[in-house]
Amino acid sequence: MAEFSTSVTDKGEVSTIFLKGFLDAHTAPMLENTFSGLIDKNRYSIVVNFKDLAYISSAGLGVFMAFIEIVRDNKGDIKLAAMTDKVYNIFDLLGFPLLYDIFKSEEEAINKFNETKNLES
Amino acid sequence: MKAEKNILTRNKLVIKSRTENLSEIRDFISSAAVNAGFTKETTDNIILAVDEACTNIIKHAYQYIPDGEIILTLKTAENIFTIEITDHGKSFEPGLIPNPDLKKYLDQRRVGGLGMYLMKTLMDEVKYESVPGKFNTVSLSKFINANGSK
Repeated sequence: MAEFSTSVTDKGEVSTIFLKGFLDAHTAPMLENTFSGLIDKNRYSIVVNFKDLAYISSAGLGVFMAFIEIVRDNKGDIKLAAMTDKVYNIFDLLGFPLLYDIFKSEEEAINKFNETKNLES
Repeated sequence: MKAEKNILTRNKLVIKSRTENLSEIRDFISSAAVNAGFTKETTDNIILAVDEACTNIIKHAYQYIPDGEIILTLKTAENIFTIEITDHGKSFEPGLIPNPDLKKYLDQRRVGGLGMYLMKTLMDEVKYESVPGKFNTVSLSKFINANGSK
């Protein structure tokens, strides 16, 4: 069975989800649960760190589509970071860069949230 | 446990319609594509296309019934590597499913349905054969170039 795990770290108002392993139709529900857990706690500023994600199929991509609306409706965002070329290519093929902010590093993604917050205050 | 349920030979894998089996399907295709001489990048694309086809079978043809059979058969002829994937679940008419307008698709936050687009994009040929009530076969093909790799 494919290995997949998520873990969450909170830094201020931003929560980072770390993905590890293989994200497919079997493991996508685990990521759905992670997003649901953050939304239950009203944490809508979410960075996803893809550094250790080895594989993604459209079932995995569907999770990001499923949660983006509720997150943005609550003035948050899902920002994607640290993808390998292999994983980025699949996101790119499906047009995700049009709708999601994708950053080279987790720090850049977190800084973007903080910049936006500073502009608003 | 899996060895009892699943039939595996060099060119054939018969496996139950469960998402937990997707990783075994990917491993089977990975070895086959590497043996056929494809590069790592092309092998990754073939693996993803087959995963998408099998995920569609599990979700749509068998509608998550866990004991349906998925039969993967490998065929290599001259310059073409083909994976035939057969199920005995519900038939569908691929012609009725248009290529998605991706921008619109994403704007509408539609979940799923992108698998077929990926299959068509990642492979050189995708063919469907369906006899309702009997079987459905999707054939995914990739050309092998003159020096045996691509």
